[in-house]
Formats: sequence, structure tokens, C-alpha cells
Amino acid sequence: MHKRLALIGLPLAAALLTACGGSDPYAEDEEGGGGAEAGSVVIGSADFPESTLLAEIYGRAMEAEGVDVTYQLSIGSREVYYSQIESGNLSVFPEYNGATLAYLDDEAPSGNSEETNALVAEALPEGLEILDSSSAENKDSVTVTAEIAREHDLSTLADLADVAGELTLGGPPEFETRQQGVVGLADVYGVEFGEYRSLEVALLTQALMDGDIQAANLFTTDPQIAVEGLVVLEDPENLFGAQNITPLINGEQVDETARGALNAVSAALTTEALTSLNERVVVQNENAADVAQEWLEQEGLA
Amino acid sequence: MDILNELVAWFADPVQWTGSAGIPARMAEHVYYCLLGLLISAVIAVPLGLLTGHTGVGGFLTASLANFARALPTIGVLFLIVLAAGIGLVPVVCALVALAVPPILVNTHEGVRGVEPRLRDAAFGMGMRGREVLFGLELPVATPLILIGMRTAAVQVVATATIAAYVGVGGLGRYIVDGQARQDLTMMLGGSVLVVLLAVLTTLLFAGLRLLLVAPGLRAAAASAR
Amino acid sequence: MIGAAWDWTTGVLDWGVSNWSYPGEPDRGILPRLTEHMRLAYLSILIGLALAVPLGLACVRWKPLYPPVLTGVNVLYAVPSIALFFLMLPYTGFSDWTAVVPLALYTLVILLPNVVDGLRQVPDHVRQAAVAMGFGPLRRLVFVEMPVAVPVIIAGLRVASVATISMVSVASLVGLGGLGQLILSEGFRRQFDAPIVVGVLLTVLLAFVTDALLVLAQRRLTPWARGDDAGGGSGRDRRAAARASAKAAAARAGAGTPDADRTTPAER
Repeated sequence: MHKRLALIGLPLAAALLTACGGSDPYAEDEEGGGGAEAGSVVIGSADFPESTLLAEIYGRAMEAEGVDVTYQLSIGSREVYYSQIESGNLSVFPEYNGATLAYLDDEAPSGNSEETNALVAEALPEGLEILDSSSAENKDSVTVTAEIAREHDLSTLADLADVAGELTLGGPPEFETRQQGVVGLADVYGVEFGEYRSLEVALLTQALMDGDIQAANLFTTDPQIAVEGLVVLEDPENLFGAQNITPLINGEQVDETARGALNAVSAALTTEALTSLNERVVVQNENAADVAQEWLEQEGLA
Repeated sequence: MDILNELVAWFADPVQWTGSAGIPARMAEHVYYCLLGLLISAVIAVPLGLLTGHTGVGGFLTASLANFARALPTIGVLFLIVLAAGIGLVPVVCALVALAVPPILVNTHEGVRGVEPRLRDAAFGMGMRGREVLFGLELPVATPLILIGMRTAAVQVVATATIAAYVGVGGLGRYIVDGQARQDLTMMLGGSVLVVLLAVLTTLLFAGLRLLLVAPGLRAAAASAR
Repeated sequence: MIGAAWDWTTGVLDWGVSNWSYPGEPDRGILPRLTEHMRLAYLSILIGLALAVPLGLACVRWKPLYPPVLTGVNVLYAVPSIALFFLMLPYTGFSDWTAVVPLALYTLVILLPNVVDGLRQVPDHVRQAAVAMGFGPLRRLVFVEMPVAVPVIIAGLRVASVATISMVSVASLVGLGGLGQLILSEGFRRQFDAPIVVGVLLTVLLAFVTDALLVLAQRRLTPWARGDDAGGGSGRDRRAAARASAKAAAARAGAGTPDADRTTPAER
């Protein structure tokens, strides 16, 4: 039933989207990606602030080079946006190389950036490509409050082995079941938490400060880490692997001009810069679009 | 029919039936949130509805208030209270109360207002006073409608309590939210089936309550209205 | 204390005004979220109504159909919306249908009983009179039965529209959801209260405006139900009966009908 509805539904929905000034997923098809001098692309983002910010940065950098950019931001599920890139409804997506690899092959080993990119390139289906990785990286982490770190004398993940049994770890639901998560923590470090609490990423810092959880799977570019003086436990065995910002593209739809603009952003972006831009969006509540524009101008990219 | 087999396998797996993430524990949590939300809503809405219905004062205000509450997006209420009060049971129960009060309130008010004036006149004529009329006549006559309001509220609450999983508490929503995050369709479907089952049980429960609480003479009349 | 509340309020308003829309960037700001919200909600309600009317007609014609259909609709209503949205995703992606199909199905739980009750309350002698005047089934439906049912159907539409408008926001969890996007992505994910408050208030406002429009539509469509004083006893009775049953239907669905309350004492 769903399929039949979808068949009737999609063209109608597209018409409505166009009528209301939204994105037009069919625009690329007519122009035939790559043919025009400055083509048009649709850039997407996942539904967390950093992903949206990155889409604004990459998108505006392409716009500055004359590329016609449409934004389709805050898409909830990787499954969905991935299939949309494959089908060509999305042409550019700011991804993380490690996460892309884990999605393509959940048994892939953790490695450094080059190893990861080589494996991603191998695993990507026909038509999809990754561009240059940025040095900017946003990894998974296990993070605790300064107080807990002091109390249990914690500085690396290995230090958790003896005390984790009395602590509750909080993180998104998928962290509990994947290798680069709770499973790997036990395998690699012998760390087994007393309890796991599934929480939206946005709530983790608050839950940590309120004592609802004692450790959290925060992203390393989370500005709250600096604001609240949290301690990111080191990962000497590189369990969490490389997570460099790496644009995932539908190759046919992204021309040389757009590729050049994307690569220029990746080259200029650093982890420190990304963290401070995140801080402006999440802590100062500035607009992602404004923050992106300012940074690009400052870097001479827009 | 692969998915059906997987669903059966999911339910048959003994792992689902034990521990803090097992079906009994999740079901108990879900029922607990729902009962708490409904109970608080009933304590707020039934007396208020009886009062406005009986006195005829504030009917417009009540209906407007109920309409306002009905228009509130549940996730907005939930997230706002989480921002103010942190994660836990409080935001979840508040959001459920905002959801459950309007149908109970409106139905209680309408139930009492709908008592035939002739009956009310007769009750006064028999020497009953305000409070006696309220509890001896209006409340029993309004009971079927109040129960329908509570049933509507209960089914909504049972289905909506799933979003509690988004703010870190348990309940059947965990299967749906976790299943989505882990790309585990079977888990998501299993959770949905459990929620629907609970809703059906809730409806049956209210059918039973109706037999128990509604005076036999009123049942026929109420049935024809339904 | 008052100063802080004032600052907070002006902060929220300030955010709302400065992010309302961006000239030259039609996808950004609050306004496009609002129009998306309206599009998703109205589309769902219209499709719901388009399903409910024929389904209701069928249920009135073939009585044994009604109980199983009603049960089915109620069971569907009990499926949590997030689950349905997630289940739609693989089929419909981020097209509007991911939100619209579940929402339209949910409206049936309110609309279907109201359509059936509305059609059933046509008095038998009225129907017979129409037959005697040579009205065929279709003409009878369009000119006699539907007009009598309109107040009850609109009472249902009012409840369904408010419920749908507030529920659209849940679709933001799958990346749709109009004002829900404001609440979730701009607000919750940044732990920032202003977008949440703006999103909630605009949702409520949209619900109220829609409700008012439906009340107006009802007055337009059923001029005989307006407070004219020319009608004799029977007209009055019918008017009162129609209004009372509309109200009863609304109460059954748990509706608030503020204006109905004002008029009934006079009618009694």
C-alpha cells in the first residue's frame, strides 16, 4: 500500500514543494549535472547543529563561486539522506569519514584518516564519491565532569575499567550496540558501565551536570565541553578512529567549480575553528547561516 | 512475509522478556507514565468540568482553555519543560497532562450541561439542593460522557507517551526510538505492536468501567447516543 | 524578577522578529516553516475529509460495514505517530507524504464518526419527502442529506484540524514538520528556548485561526442555522436539534465548541 501511495504521492509532493518556493529536486535532471559552467547542487545536512553549520559553510562557499545551491537541511536519518544522495535528489552532504565507513560496513576496522578514506572509497557504490578530508575532526568520546575525573583519577578510557561498574553512561541509542561504542569499550578497554542510558545528544551535557549520568558519549567539537570544563578521556588504542569532515557527493552532479570550492573549505577548516563556530551557534545562539558567512569571508572564501 | 517472521522471532526471543530493557519492564514503565498522567489530568479536569457545568459559569473559558491546550504541540511542551527542569519524569507527565486534560474537561462540562432541564427541575422540586443535584443527578447522568472523554484521553496518552523516549526515560517508546537509531525495523515494529495492544486493552478497560460505573437505566440511553 | 521576565520575553520576541524571513533566501527563517506547517496540516485534513466522506457514506448505506471500519480506524489511531513516520520514511523519503499519509489517517478517527452521525440524523420523513418529490439517490445526497450533515461534519473538522495542526510538529523527528523544525532543530538541539516558544505560539495561533475560518465556513454553508427569528416552531426545533447533535458529536470527540455554549441557553 505504501508503495502505491508513494507513486501517486511523489510527483504531487514535488509540485507542492516547488509551488511553495522550496527545493526542486528535479532541477538537476534537466540541466544535466556537470555540463553547465557553474552548475547547481542540492546540499543536505543531518539534524544536529554542526551538520547544519557545515552545510551552510560548504553551500555558501559554492555560492561564492557562482554555483546555484539549494539547501535541504536537518534530515533525520542517515538511511534516508544516504539513499537521497544515491538517487541524486541530494548532491552534496557534509559527512564524517569514519561514520560513513561504519554505515557502509559495520565491521570495518578503525584507522587513521588515510586508511579510512581508502576503505570508504572502496565501499562506496557506483556514482558516489568523497572529496578531500578536512583536518577538522569530530570524534566520539567518553567524557566526564572534572569532579568525576578527579574523584576516580581518570584521564584515559583504560582508567575506567575498575570504576565503570558503578557509573551510568549516557549516549544516543546506537552507541550502545555498535563496535565503536559500548561493544568496543568492553572489547578494547575492558570497560563495562553499570548502566546505559539512551539520550538525545542535545541533552547529554545537562544530564551530566545534573548527575543523571556520570559519563557521556559527547562529540569532541561540542562547545559545552569547554564551557562546562568537562574532561574528554583519551583514546590511546584509537577505538573511535578517524572522523574527519569529508564531503560525500553524487559525482555526476558536482562540477569542477563546486568541487574546488568544497576542497578549499576542507583545507581551511580546523578542529579548533569548527569548535569555536559551534560555540557561536549552540552557546551564543547565533544563526548558523550568519556564522558560516562570516567565517568564509574571514578566510577569503566568500 | 519476512518481516512478519522476524517480528514473531523478536517476540519469541527470551531476551525480550527479562531485565530492565525487557518487554515486561518497558510495559510497566509505559503504564506507569500513562496512569500518572491520566490520574493527574482527571484530578484537574473532572472537578473543574463539574463546577463549570453545574454553575454554567466559565463554560466559554473552559472550552477556550481546552482548545488552547489541544493546540499545544506536545513535543514543544516536552522540550520546553526539559530545558527548564532537566530530564526525568516531570516533563513527560506535564506533556501528557496537557494532552489529556482537554477531552476530559470538555466532556465533563458537556455531560453536566447536557442533563435535561426537566430532570434538573424535578430534582429541585423534590427538594434536592445544589450539591445533591450535582452528585445525585448530574454526575451519574454525565458519567458515560466523562468516561468517553477519559477513554479518548487514555488512548492518546498511551500512543503519545512513546515520545518520552526522546528525553531519556523508558517505556515502550524506547523500542521505537532505539530501533530507529539502530536501523532495527523489527524492534520498531515490535514496539508499535505493543503500544497498539496496550491501547486496545485500554479501550476494553473503559468498556468494563462503563458497565461498572454507569447506572443500568442510563446505559441504554448512552448506547443510543453512541 | 519582573525585569528578568521582561528581558526573556523581549529576547524571544526579538529572535522571532529578526529571524522571520530573509529577503532573497526563501528557504530560511520562520515564515517558510510556517507555510510548510500549513501545507502539511491542510493537505492532511483535506485528504482525511476526502477519505471520510465516501467511507462514511458507505458505512451509512451498508450498516454492517461501520463497526469493523470504525475499529480499524481506532486501532490505526493508536499506532504512535513517530512509529508511522519512521515506517513511511523508506517509501516516501523526505517528501511531504511521510507526514501527510499518517496525519490524514489519524483524522479519520474524528471525521468518520461525525460524517456517519451527520448523515444518520437526517429525519426519516425528510428523506421520504425528498423521495416523494422525485429526488434520486444522488440528488437526495447532495441537496438534502449533506446539508443537514454539514454542521456535524464541520464540528468534526474543527477538532481534527486543531489536533492535526498540533501533531504536524512530531514529524520534525523525521526531518519534516514545519514549525516542529523550529522547535526541534533550532531550539531543542541547541538548548535554546526562543525558537521553541515561537514555534509553540505560532502553532497555537495557526490552530485558532483555522478554527475561526471553519466557524465562518459553517455560517456560510448553513445559513439556515444562523440566528434568524423568522422560522416557525418546526424550523426552530430542527435548528436546535442540529446544533445539539453537532455539540454532542464534538463532545464525543472531546471538542471544545466555545460558541455553541453561548447560544444553547437561548435555544433551550
